[in-house]
Amino acid sequence: MIPDLGKYAVEVLTAYGVSIALLVLIVGLSVQRSRKVRAQLADVEARRDAAR
Amino acid sequence: MSIWEYANPKKFIATTTPLVPWLLGVSIALLVGGLIWGFFFTPDDFRQGSTVKIFYLHVPSALMAINVWFMMLITSLVWLVRRHHVSALAARAAAPIGIIMTVMALITGAIWGQPMWGTWWAWDPRLTSFLILFLFYLGYMALWEAIEDPDTAADLTSVLCIVGSVFAVLSRYAVNFWNQGLHQPASLSLDKEENVADVFWYPALVCIAGFVLLFVALVLMRTATEIRVRRIKALEARMRS
Amino acid sequence: MIALLRRDLALAVRAGGGFGLGLAFFLIVVVLVPFGVGPEAALLTLIAPGILWVAALLAALLSLDRIFALDFEDGSLPLLATSPLPLEGVALIKGIAHWITTGLPLTLAAPALGFLLNLAPSAYVWLFASLALGTPALSMIGTFGAALTVGLRRGGLLMSLLVLPLYVPTLIFGAEAVRRGADGLGAATPLLMLAGITLGSFALLPFAASAALRVNLK
Repeated sequence: MIPDLGKYAVEVLTAYGVSIALLVLIVGLSVQRSRKVRAQLADVEARRDAAR
Repeated sequence: MSIWEYANPKKFIATTTPLVPWLLGVSIALLVGGLIWGFFFTPDDFRQGSTVKIFYLHVPSALMAINVWFMMLITSLVWLVRRHHVSALAARAAAPIGIIMTVMALITGAIWGQPMWGTWWAWDPRLTSFLILFLFYLGYMALWEAIEDPDTAADLTSVLCIVGSVFAVLSRYAVNFWNQGLHQPASLSLDKEENVADVFWYPALVCIAGFVLLFVALVLMRTATEIRVRRIKALEARMRS
Repeated sequence: MIALLRRDLALAVRAGGGFGLGLAFFLIVVVLVPFGVGPEAALLTLIAPGILWVAALLAALLSLDRIFALDFEDGSLPLLATSPLPLEGVALIKGIAHWITTGLPLTLAAPALGFLLNLAPSAYVWLFASLALGTPALSMIGTFGAALTVGLRRGGLLMSLLVLPLYVPTLIFGAEAVRRGADGLGAATPLLMLAGITLGSFALLPFAASAALRVNLK
């Protein structure tokens, strides 16, 4: 499955691992925050409409 | 129909929200495709062995790290000149992505440097200027966090971004002067002769496209989030009064 | 403008903090380094230019938050902003006053501290020249940083984070000039670059600093 990486296998795999982890981290954080804020906004808008 | 219409926050959200999932999907497809292509289907370099595969991560992230700052500079200028809130918020939304890209370029570079140069880190001009860029991102984000009033924060960070850009360029030339480096010159010049071989080049192009689209998708999403945060604050302030 | 400069200088002298504290800090950093790296004279000679420059930079940083903070607290900064004097001029004067109270004493004291670090004899001239040319840039860049953070509580730490990356080019050219001078190479190029940075900051940064001040006073 994994191609023969020779003697640098550890380096290459760590580089890929770290980079993919970082990308997942930033995407995950952005999506999560976006969801949270959206829910909050819906909540606030609902309260405003109720108050009116 | 001018581009400035999208400076209206409502219109911005309405236009970009349906786009984001598509952009995110395409960018992830490109990234997965490009990385698989690069990882499984390209030969090893005859001198660098399999470490050449780090290229597909190192080069795009380094490219983005610089260009994200450039984009922040432009949006900061737009904010200062035309006072569009979306523009200032886009700069704020881009900074964390930029810092992640910078960290990624530094880490993959260190991992690559260890077997090739025999050291994780060298005070080489390119490496050093990325470290300085990292510090600029940190300062920029810290200033955003520190100021409560949103317009004041937008103004001050914009000024910082402009002054910082000048000093970042200065630092780049200063470190050049200070030390001659280990790092090879740019592998992405338009001059064909200097480029890396095509086998490595095409998957790298796919990866770069993936990184760019991912950045665009994330910036749009995060900008929309910032707009919503501001709207929540405005609504809450109005309800309290 | 001259009156403002006089007032700032008088305040700094009377408060005593400006001169004394910066110089004492400079001395302490320079004294601490041999404790950290060991007393070998050859090693100290090698690293003396860098240490003197870094110490001078930190000493200049120490007093930056006083540039605007005192005036902001007692309300004289808004008065200055509404006075006929342009705010750019105020920023420029503040930078110059900061240099006279910290940069100038640092420059004068640095050769004396060079002895402590066993600085190469040929480097004293260059140390003095590079500090004389470079510390004004430190003051002016610092004025900009202080203007950015003037309204913030606990702005000092944030300001260090903002200002230190901006100090990089000045530090590189300054220390490089001394190093080349010590090795007997031509130090003219880094000195010219240093002078360029100083003149450039004095020409442009007052505008950026006054823009930041206007925002903060709004």
